[in-house]
Amino acid sequence: MEIPRHWRLKKQRYGLVGEVCPHCDAKIFPPRDVCPHCGGEAKTAFNFSGRGEVYSYTVMHDAPAGFDQNTPYAVALVKLEEGPVVTAQLTDLGEEQPRIGMPVEMVTRKIREDANERGMLIYGYKFRPVLR
Amino acid sequence: MTEEHVHKNGLLKPNRPVGIIGYGAYVPRYRLPGAEVARIWTGGTGGSPVKEKSVPGLDEDVITMSIEAARNALARAGIDPFELRAVWVGSESHPYAVKPTGTIVAEAIGATPAVSAADWEFACKAGTEAFTAAMGLVGSKMANYALAIGMDTAQGRPGDALEYTAAAGGAAYILGPAEEALAVVDSAYSYVSDTPDFFRRAEQKYPEHGQRFTGEPAYFTHITSAARAMLDLTGAAPEDFTFAVFHQPNAKFPQRAASLLGFKPEQITAGLLSPVIGNTYAGAALIGLSAVLDIAKPGDRILVVSFGSGAGSDAFDIRVTDKITERQKKAPTTQDYIARRTPIDYGTYVRIRGNLALK
Ligand SMILES: [Zn+2]
Repeated sequence: MEIPRHWRLKKQRYGLVGEVCPHCDAKIFPPRDVCPHCGGEAKTAFNFSGRGEVYSYTVMHDAPAGFDQNTPYAVALVKLEEGPVVTAQLTDLGEEQPRIGMPVEMVTRKIREDANERGMLIYGYKFRPVLR
Repeated sequence: MTEEHVHKNGLLKPNRPVGIIGYGAYVPRYRLPGAEVARIWTGGTGGSPVKEKSVPGLDEDVITMSIEAARNALARAGIDPFELRAVWVGSESHPYAVKPTGTIVAEAIGATPAVSAADWEFACKAGTEAFTAAMGLVGSKMANYALAIGMDTAQGRPGDALEYTAAAGGAAYILGPAEEALAVVDSAYSYVSDTPDFFRRAEQKYPEHGQRFTGEPAYFTHITSAARAMLDLTGAAPEDFTFAVFHQPNAKFPQRAASLLGFKPEQITAGLLSPVIGNTYAGAALIGLSAVLDIAKPGDRILVVSFGSGAGSDAFDIRVTDKITERQKKAPTTQDYIARRTPIDYGTYVRIRGNLALK
């Protein structure tokens, strides 16, 4: 039963909410309450712009359970314009091929459905090619 | 009670003037051409009521689409989401039967917890129901800002006439005090009757339509009655409006409604999106309005009339202010989304709409 974990993580997953370090101004994602740069305590919430670029990617043809209806799909390391690198699916590629350096923006999408039709829907961030 | 009496007191006018502070559209990327549906079901003979319709991606639903439209509306409004006192979503395709769309949208945009979150239903006018209620919340001074969304991912039974048009998209509106508005909503008028033109029982995936009820007694009667009452009660004539937007289940119905009411084709062109995105149900009238607001100029006057089966219409009298110009640019336009277009074939459509049994 994973429902409590999904519930705890919802803020950072729906909206890319991380932290900013009050000592050195580093932007932190995912939030961990301690600054990875200066070691100081960092608990101030920070809304990331959601903009970044593809740092690296791979295309999944064999997907883990819950994701298998979406294959093939691309998973990327996205370097956010504020600094941190996050792992996320790419979406809305249409006929575009993912590429390193591709400018992307965060969208909130359905990540997966619990295996049976009675389960909950899990939403979270993905990235797509910038709209304009 | 005479009809005259009902009519005179029918205008919905807020106690304090209200308006649209921000708005935002959303249309998913994929398009299914009408010719593709015809190829499968009629061997390519017979026309299509629209050129193509928008189709959501595998990871999209009314919740994700509402979140993006709401973020666009917030970008234009320039307010902190904590200032919203309502997040209301009107749709026929809420992802959960029990569990509100509104709470997930409110959480994702950062509006929780001091906010009313609810889902509205009234077939294709669920969105304008939420819009009217938001006018009331702000107009009564219970709240300064309220978010109303009309959004759908409509489905037609494979091979049914609705499969050509049942589409995905919609728009979000933040209502607030008129002095901060990019467009003032002077008043609303709602006209309803018990009409069995179109319905879907609980637990059924696809809707039914009471064939001979869909045109005259349903769509045209309600749209023209609401529009005529609005014109009468405000002393306006069709030529006083720069733009008019009518609910658009296809291309022909809104064109005919406009002509019956005395509006010219050029008044409805900017807001007539069904030929290129299909019928977005609860999103249709509101995304027509967002396309108009994208190009509107200060002083323009807009008539919007929605229609929902079952049946009813909401009419709105809207005046654009000088705040429109700077806010138009602060988020993607409706046409930006329409131009982002990947055509798909019927097989891909069937797969991404979840119509293949894989279990
Ligand atoms: Zn630090």
